[in-house]
Amino acid sequence: MTAVPDLSCLEPGQELPVREFKAETVQLFLYNAALWNADRIHFDEPYTTRTETYPALVMAGPLLGDWLAQAANDWVGAAGRLCSFEYSNRRACYVGDTLRSVGKVRSVDAATGEVVLELAILNQKDEVTTPGTAVVRIGSV
Amino acid sequence: MTLLGAELLALIGTSAAPQTQLVTRRDIRKYSIATGQRQQRYLDGDEAPPMFHVALFWPVLPLSELAANGVAIDPLFPDVPGKRPMAGGLKIDFRLPLRPGDELTATRTLTNIYEKQGSSGSLVFVEVTMRVHNPQGELVLTEKTTRIMK
Repeated sequence: MTAVPDLSCLEPGQELPVREFKAETVQLFLYNAALWNADRIHFDEPYTTRTETYPALVMAGPLLGDWLAQAANDWVGAAGRLCSFEYSNRRACYVGDTLRSVGKVRSVDAATGEVVLELAILNQKDEVTTPGTAVVRIGSV
Repeated sequence: MTLLGAELLALIGTSAAPQTQLVTRRDIRKYSIATGQRQQRYLDGDEAPPMFHVALFWPVLPLSELAANGVAIDPLFPDVPGKRPMAGGLKIDFRLPLRPGDELTATRTLTNIYEKQGSSGSLVFVEVTMRVHNPQGELVLTEKTTRIMK
């Protein structure tokens, strides 16, 4: 975990810590099991690669969304709270990919403590797979 | 030319039956481990991480109601002739934390269907909004899912 962000020192452009994620089968399985999501493209490799012609098992879209939410929520930590969050799944991610979450401060409202963050998941080719935005409030929650 | 006939647009405003679910520590812990949470309050199940509601309200259907590819068909998402889902996203407004013992009710409504011209033909956007309340009637969160069909 990183140091608590200090509102008085925050500026647009400031970067959030980068976190790396290995897209792998056990975590993907447990995630879909926790949801009760039986979509074969997340666990049935012959079906996924032959019938659906994907290169490998497909990572679940909302799991990537969760990783982005963590980037914002872990950054703000106990200093405030996550108020809103949005993301879109633009490009599929696959088991075997090396992904990373990145983020930076877009704007800071010192009066309200509201900080807007730009977020993204990137793959090993540096392609943005999952862009997102979060609004966090620092200070009085 | 528009794909969206009056019959399709008339579905806007349709809601699914509300569903009520109990938040348990065990389910929070499973979700937190599966998503690689790093905050102890989530790993211990004292509080749910931000996206836990996705799991809480995922439809629990019998095997006989799943499609051959394992997918749970969402009756709120309409069939759009000639279009296949290609991407999507979520927007969530968080109001109150979720904790073990909370009994929450979600109401899902088809809130919009619209068409845009993309670089490779028309795209259809379908929006479903889920509002989650606690037994006191307080809004806990809202989630807007947008599915893009090509």
